[in-house]
Amino acid sequence: MTPTLLFALVGIGLFSLGLYALIVHAHLLRKILAINIMGSGVFLILVALAKRTSETTPDPVPHAMVITGIVVAVSATALALSIMLKLNSETGCAELPDDV
Amino acid sequence: MLSNMHFDIILIMLPLIAGMLGFLWPAVARILGIFTTAAGVISVIGLGWQMQLNGTHLHAIGGWGAPLGIDLYADGLSLLMLAMTAIVGFAVSIYSSRYFTHRHDEVRFWPIWLLLLSALNALFLSADIFNLYVTLELMGLGAVTLSALAGGKLAIAGAMRYLLATLLGSMCYLLGVALLYHSFGTVDIATLSARIDSSPAVWAALGLILAGLALKTALFPLHFWLPPAHASAPAPVSAVLSALVVKASFYILLRLWLSVFNNQQTGMGDGVDTLLGILGGTAVLWGSIQALRQTRLKLLIAYSTVAQIGYLFLAFPLAAASGGLAWNAVAYLALSHALAKAAMFLCAGNLLRFGGHDRIADLDRVVQRLPLTAGAFALAGVSIMGLPPSGGFIGKWLLLKASLDQGNWAITTVLILGGLLAAAYIFKVLGHTFIQAPQPHEATAVPARMEWAALLLASSAIILGFMASPILELVNIGDAFTSPGIKL
Repeated sequence: MTPTLLFALVGIGLFSLGLYALIVHAHLLRKILAINIMGSGVFLILVALAKRTSETTPDPVPHAMVITGIVVAVSATALALSIMLKLNSETGCAELPDDV
Repeated sequence: MLSNMHFDIILIMLPLIAGMLGFLWPAVARILGIFTTAAGVISVIGLGWQMQLNGTHLHAIGGWGAPLGIDLYADGLSLLMLAMTAIVGFAVSIYSSRYFTHRHDEVRFWPIWLLLLSALNALFLSADIFNLYVTLELMGLGAVTLSALAGGKLAIAGAMRYLLATLLGSMCYLLGVALLYHSFGTVDIATLSARIDSSPAVWAALGLILAGLALKTALFPLHFWLPPAHASAPAPVSAVLSALVVKASFYILLRLWLSVFNNQQTGMGDGVDTLLGILGGTAVLWGSIQALRQTRLKLLIAYSTVAQIGYLFLAFPLAAASGGLAWNAVAYLALSHALAKAAMFLCAGNLLRFGGHDRIADLDRVVQRLPLTAGAFALAGVSIMGLPPSGGFIGKWLLLKASLDQGNWAITTVLILGGLLAAAYIFKVLGHTFIQAPQPHEATAVPARMEWAALLLASSAIILGFMASPILELVNIGDAFTSPGIKL
């Protein structure tokens, strides 16, 4: 098994793990963390697959994509956390109510 | 001079700059918002005029073209989406200038709305799948923030659900982009279209991208997040979310389907189009039945969006044999639904302001007391039901024609049943506007501007019914439907 394939498989593992956690956990902080883990999985796949062109110089384009992706993920996480805090102060618990 | 103006850059940069200025200087945010959206309408007209002269429009940002740089590309399909955004954006801005009763809500609304507008325009002009991801995320963040604006448990919980759904959708989409880039070494749609072939990685990418975008477009059964988010947002925000934001992710899905996935050589589209058609048909029936069961007006309109989104997916199985006809129907349906649905949500906002509630059973003779709003709702309803003469009629007629030509009775039945159910839920609302409620309510005056904005959108949806041939001619600049790929 090449290192590239190993990293890509780990990335897919992280993505699936995050997806599972997003679905089963009720607490919003866990859901937000799960989304972040899914994101890390995707970034790992992007970085790992950048090695495909030649053995010496990896393709820089996916790296640029990962940096953009991280910026997006940080903003999304900040927004998610602030909405979670708002919900917590409205309802007293950081979980999605079942009735809406 | 006018023929060299970069209207595409104006469409992206002007709302971006105005949004940031509005954030720094709240006192001028409202006037900036109205000015920017009016300039947006003029820019789209300018871009359309240039495209009629010169065909499709390609702009390499900073002189760096694809594959290294970022291209802005507009063909007829992009132009249609930009025009839809401009018209709805302008009417919503006029409406919002009187809608907010609390100053702090309005101060938050304008900058985020303008940033959302900038993201939408950038999305419709993007020519590569990674740029589409970035604009999709920008749009999603803006849309979620706006839907949380009303505050309160319902709106915040709706926004949270929406955010989780939209982030999950983006993650799936991004993983699909990673796989496509790995397979073909490019993110440029035109190059992908030329290089695409069938391999396990491409199949995985197809599945991930379709699933992610279907979640964001609220295709049945992934529509669970839409009704709470759209129904609990402020009226102008609901209008923007239902009219524009769900169309944006649908546009990406359609664009990638046309130019990348539905390729004759790979034969990847076979079977997948039938699945999309079945989901679309179920969405039409399920969404309409749910709409009929609602007691609150905004929820009814939100479920109607779920149903109308379904119509857009009915074209996929028909397109294999009817090609351009089915896609023309989709373009027309998307545009007329945007106008009519935005009008409906603005009407709902007027009724909410007027009576202080949106319970359908207590509408209390609004047809006499608020005739413009009731009229706008009825006109928008005509287009949603698909009665002639209206944009909705043309779209559904083209779809019906394609299904009859192919003898596809399943789709024909869904189209007819969907129309009947839509008529049932629209007339349910209209009926109550004539009836006196058991106990009378205090009524608040509704500013004239809010009524006229709704009427403007509703009448545009009707006028679309008379303009089929010039609009379809514009949409087919660049032949996005028949021979996809960048052409100059």
